[in-house]
Amino acid sequence: MDINDLRSMITLLSFVTFIGIMAWAYSGKRKQSFDEAALLPFSDDEPVDAAWQASRKNERIAP
Amino acid sequence: MQSQATYNYKVVRQFTVMTVVWGIVGMLVGVIIAAQLIWPELNVVEWLSYGRLRPLHTNAVIFAFGGCALFATSYYSVQRTCHTPLFAPALAAFTFWGWQLVIVLAAVTLPLGMTSGKEYAELEWPIDILITVVWVSYALVFFGTLMKRKTSHIYVSNWFFGAFILTVALLHLVNSAESPVTFWPMKSYSAYAGVQDAMVQWWYGHNAVGFFLTAGFLGIMYYFVPKQAGRPVYSYRLSVVHFWALIFTYMWAGPHHLHYTALPDWTQSVGMIFSLILLAPSWGGMINGIMTLSGAWHKLRDDPILKFLITSLSFYGMSTFEGPMMSIKTVNALSHYTDWTIGHVHSGALGWVAMVSIGAVYYLIPRLFGKAEMYSVKLINLHFWISTIGIVLYIAAMWIAGVMQGLMWRATNIDGTLTYSFVETVKATYPYYTIRLLGGLLFFSGMLLMAYNMVRTIAGGHAVNAPVLVPSAAHA
Repeated sequence: MDINDLRSMITLLSFVTFIGIMAWAYSGKRKQSFDEAALLPFSDDEPVDAAWQASRKNERIAP
Repeated sequence: MQSQATYNYKVVRQFTVMTVVWGIVGMLVGVIIAAQLIWPELNVVEWLSYGRLRPLHTNAVIFAFGGCALFATSYYSVQRTCHTPLFAPALAAFTFWGWQLVIVLAAVTLPLGMTSGKEYAELEWPIDILITVVWVSYALVFFGTLMKRKTSHIYVSNWFFGAFILTVALLHLVNSAESPVTFWPMKSYSAYAGVQDAMVQWWYGHNAVGFFLTAGFLGIMYYFVPKQAGRPVYSYRLSVVHFWALIFTYMWAGPHHLHYTALPDWTQSVGMIFSLILLAPSWGGMINGIMTLSGAWHKLRDDPILKFLITSLSFYGMSTFEGPMMSIKTVNALSHYTDWTIGHVHSGALGWVAMVSIGAVYYLIPRLFGKAEMYSVKLINLHFWISTIGIVLYIAAMWIAGVMQGLMWRATNIDGTLTYSFVETVKATYPYYTIRLLGGLLFFSGMLLMAYNMVRTIAGGHAVNAPVLVPSAAHA
């Protein structure tokens, strides 16, 4: 095994890592957690606007 | 927890005001050097000559204007998304005064001709040491605040700000490795030589673009676009993929600055491939920002702050398409060393970096000084249109000038001799230099309007520190 095999393996490893991140980010288990995180800037005196809240009324959202 | 506790807005106020001040100074120097290219007689004394003012312009707009905008916005949003005041407030105050000292020292030493000659890293060794101390303090304040957060999540803007702070520390330390020679005049020699020096420099240079001018300002985008639009970011999942793809890919794109040089061919190709791949995460981020307005496009009609933020994303999309295209070796053979590069840089620097910063500063000023909104919303709207027209004039002039120069430089006669002498291409560029100066003047006048609007807003207000939020159950 010469150094070029190692180089190819690094490329493969990076690709697998990227696929892993994609799978992790888009897995159903993460959805609620990401929805909470997305609302972090709004947990103050200036919440999301009424139109947005109405569009999401069927989903469980943080105030 | 104490309900009386307030966020540390003092350092945010200081950096916000200085963003506008340094923006005016940096862009004024830009206007002067643009005029010097048309009228060389304006190079009156050596310390106001083009060669010395040009690095002053780049340092002032990137590190003074852009840097202050990043300090202000990161300190503001990290406290508010972590529900805790800044860690180590004394150290935060030191980052303000230390950074201002760096800027003043740059404004003194660069016109005196003290430079290490590395683009965007011209400052000499004593200032390099000061930058390191300030930057480590910045990292301590920022990551310390993240560590004492009252929320379980770290919001995505903080990931981008964090990557920006860490990577700039790494870039600065590696590229500024040098042997000091004298303290006054400040003089040092780089630790690297030859093509390695060039590669280290452009690994630094392109990542200064990727992490200082992109990741940092994406941090602004991910906090201020949702806030101003009144709705969460379009896709949080996309923002996660955007983050990891962008920071991994940017690291390797530097060699495209060294196409057709002594740099090994394979390294040039690696740089080109990674630059092409960069289109995907860049556009992912742009789409994520713009689509945040999905279902609320009407807000663009009468909210000039949102206009600044969304237009900045459009320019970001344009320049991150143009960049990969220019990194293709055959395109680069035409574009490199021409004014096309200058046009590309300014479509990113004025269109993306400056506009997103201006939008965020307009958002911040009323909230930091106890006002409902800026003194004049109409003036913000005027500022928006003046700057947009200014940018379009600037980049269109440089596109035409650049392609023309590239074509003239490569034109040959049948016998193989060059069709044009270099000075003929300079002469042909004059009209475009004039249009560029006009565009720059327009953008600069917009900043003056902003300063007036800021002063009038602050004049009737008082410094306000918002109370620290008690996290709601869902976020605890």
